[in-house]
Amino acid sequence: MALDPKAQAALALHRFGLGPRAGSIASMASDPRGALLAELDRAGAGRINNPDLLTSGAAARAAFAYQQAQRAARQAGGAAQQANAPSGAGAAEMKDQSAPPAPAARPNPGPSVPQQIYLGEAKARIDAALDAEIGFVERLVWFWSNHFCVSADKGNVRQICGAYEREVIRANVLGRFGDMLLAVESHPAMLFYLDNARSIGPASMAGVRQKRGLNENLAREILELHTLGVRTVYTQDDVTSFANVITGWSVVPFRQDFVRGGEFIFNPRMHQPGPQTVIGTNYPGAGVEQGRAVLAVLARHPATAKHVASKLARHFVADEPPPALVERLAKRFLATQGDLKEMAKALVAAPEAWEAPRTKLKRPGEWVIAALRAVGAAPVEIGPVMQAHNLLGEPLWRPSAPKGFVDESAPWLDGLAQRLDIANQFARRFGAEADPRDALEEALAPLASTETREAITRAESRPQALALLFMAPEFQRR
Amino acid sequence: MTNLHAATRRELLIASGTLFAWAYLPKLARAEGRDPRLLVIVLRGALDGLAAVAPVGDPDWPALRGNNALTLDGKPAALPLDSFFALNPAMPNLHRLYTSGAAAIVHAAATPYRERSHFDGQDVLESGLPKPGAADSGWLNRALASLQPAGRAGSSRDAFAIGPIAPLVVRGPAPVLSWTPRRLPPASGDTVMRLIELYRHTDPVLARALEERMGLATIARAGGMDGEQPRPPAAGQLRAYFAESAGTAAKFLARPDGPRIGALAFDGWDTHAAEGAMNGRLATLLSALDGAVAAIETEMNDAWRETVVAIITEFGRTARINGTDGTDHGTATVALLAGGALKGGRVIADWPGLRPAKLHEGRDLKPTTDLRAVLKGLLKDHLRVEPAVLATKVFPDSATVKPMPGLLQQA
Repeated sequence: MALDPKAQAALALHRFGLGPRAGSIASMASDPRGALLAELDRAGAGRINNPDLLTSGAAARAAFAYQQAQRAARQAGGAAQQANAPSGAGAAEMKDQSAPPAPAARPNPGPSVPQQIYLGEAKARIDAALDAEIGFVERLVWFWSNHFCVSADKGNVRQICGAYEREVIRANVLGRFGDMLLAVESHPAMLFYLDNARSIGPASMAGVRQKRGLNENLAREILELHTLGVRTVYTQDDVTSFANVITGWSVVPFRQDFVRGGEFIFNPRMHQPGPQTVIGTNYPGAGVEQGRAVLAVLARHPATAKHVASKLARHFVADEPPPALVERLAKRFLATQGDLKEMAKALVAAPEAWEAPRTKLKRPGEWVIAALRAVGAAPVEIGPVMQAHNLLGEPLWRPSAPKGFVDESAPWLDGLAQRLDIANQFARRFGAEADPRDALEEALAPLASTETREAITRAESRPQALALLFMAPEFQRR
Repeated sequence: MTNLHAATRRELLIASGTLFAWAYLPKLARAEGRDPRLLVIVLRGALDGLAAVAPVGDPDWPALRGNNALTLDGKPAALPLDSFFALNPAMPNLHRLYTSGAAAIVHAAATPYRERSHFDGQDVLESGLPKPGAADSGWLNRALASLQPAGRAGSSRDAFAIGPIAPLVVRGPAPVLSWTPRRLPPASGDTVMRLIELYRHTDPVLARALEERMGLATIARAGGMDGEQPRPPAAGQLRAYFAESAGTAAKFLARPDGPRIGALAFDGWDTHAAEGAMNGRLATLLSALDGAVAAIETEMNDAWRETVVAIITEFGRTARINGTDGTDHGTATVALLAGGALKGGRVIADWPGLRPAKLHEGRDLKPTTDLRAVLKGLLKDHLRVEPAVLATKVFPDSATVKPMPGLLQQA
């Protein structure tokens, strides 16, 4: 399938990026592959530099302080709450009068501190996606963030899931898989999410004293989801041994340490002493080095290479990725010691990545951002964008299981009717300044079928035309 | 990175589509002891004026529409307005208002736009410019900007738009506050049909998925059953949305300290196929619009007698019914006016006739009234916008289009 350069640029923007913005296709057309590679080479690629965002430690402590204050207020009784009623003014007042008064009108205290932090991080992430030239690096961030997902719905995670993505995923997105793996598994967000923060070696000092003990959750998911892949080379014994290895990988308790509370700590008192055997290798060392050594081996394992290669190919190329491509990516992974930038380059270089038919349905997040980019929207308020993610089944940083959001198209087809509602809303909410005919040219141009063109240009109104553009097969598939 | 600056409260409110306010009142009208209200409703998609207000007295009428022609003895029967025109039976409220003198109809009216693109037609309708082109403000907003503010009065607001984005007609230099209904309207049945049509030709997997999700699987299986149209989202939902939007608009306009001028837009009028003027889609839309007018009357309460509601659309539709029981893009159409301030009870029309030779380009109702004359008449006599301003700033280059006199009880 020989595509002309503009069509290649459009394909690249949809398949590898976050969808075209005005001028993107034209500016990439001379060298689509080169443009993708250039984005990888950009200084600070993948980073978010926003001094307002807190480190995960600071965020965790802020949330803890807030929760303490809430608790104190509750204990002090309801009197304090009553006094806090905000006086209605201006616009808020008028809005209230449009709606029937709530039966038990209580002042809305506004979002909690954890929620405020979460929303601030979400805004930064959405802005990064809207601001990206192509969005290839952002897509890689999203891919790895979903591979190593945590959930804001788990206790203690909401306030730090955004910082987690910045500190471990973005920081390593073009670095080495092994470094990302180590950073992930020692981050408080992951330690809270998969319960390792409280996992105690049965023979450790703490284990001997307390009734609580080992929790295998994180160890299992590292093997099954993060590295080797399910039903590969490990057994239940490996899971248990590995769980013992990473006992003591925990988080500084807030009450103990107001300065470092919420940060990673290796706690030797919780660590199972003695050697452990994981997948045929004996790890005699004690302490945190034992876990590091296991992770280093896992990061280099051929099963990990194959697992990562097939997930990458499935995400960027096809639900059933070409075996030859998976093979090549896996080899590249092993040959470069898991260099993720080299993996990204290998994807761009793969002929399969340009030849595969555009059959994958964009995931909700990709589609929502692509729609905003197509009309040049830069929402100050992210509420509607977050709601769209929720309604379409991909709430930000809130997967329902450690496996993350599914990548295959079929399950997302179920949300097609909801997409239409969102398309309709977005066209009205964000498309005020957009001419659908221009948006069509800028967002699809060479990819648009005659039928799609006609449907858009013959729409009865601009909002309808934009909704049809967002819903066009060429806009939803990549 | 986005250049983040400290967003003010106001910017946040604008961006989220919530209400924001700026207070001033039309000075001249106030000086006369009046407190006029004006609500403009834009029907996007081009209303078939002949199906809304039928020239039942024109001998050429039945032949143009055949079975689809509204008549006084049809089923249902059209509601007589005068010896020549009759109203679509889906609009009993408007008919009641008309009979009591609180509604008027202008027929064979059109903007100066003579092409047939919805987007461009809507631009001309809402911008007030003689031609399509880059427009960033609407005639209503510019009219407002020209009004002398009588000073801030309490928390009074000048204009507002309903819907997540302000329609072009109210965009411009005068600050516009907006209020968003709790629920946005669902995608219209028309949008769903267009999309399914597109998918059927380009992406069978998406077509099947959407059909199933929309509960249309049976129709898909029935295949080429001619004329079988999936049902649009429940008519009740549409009526509820129209009534909530219009009723809320009226609630705000009625308040002593509320805004005085507003606009809303309703989509869905592009009836190319299976128009259903008597029992189908257009009847449902007109009925929802009729309900919206009733909701405005109710919510306006005492202020109704100082109210004008102007319902306008970008252009009309072909005079003849087409091969799919619908009508294609045309030229002249109706403007529906309602409100206690009107000198109503009449159809204002310089009727061009419907014989083939009388049709515009042999296909459309010929425009004999410039819609700008109607709007200028309302702005001049109701809000006291200066004629010179109307001719230059509000409707640029329209000096030859004189404001239509006598639309209001109080000139």
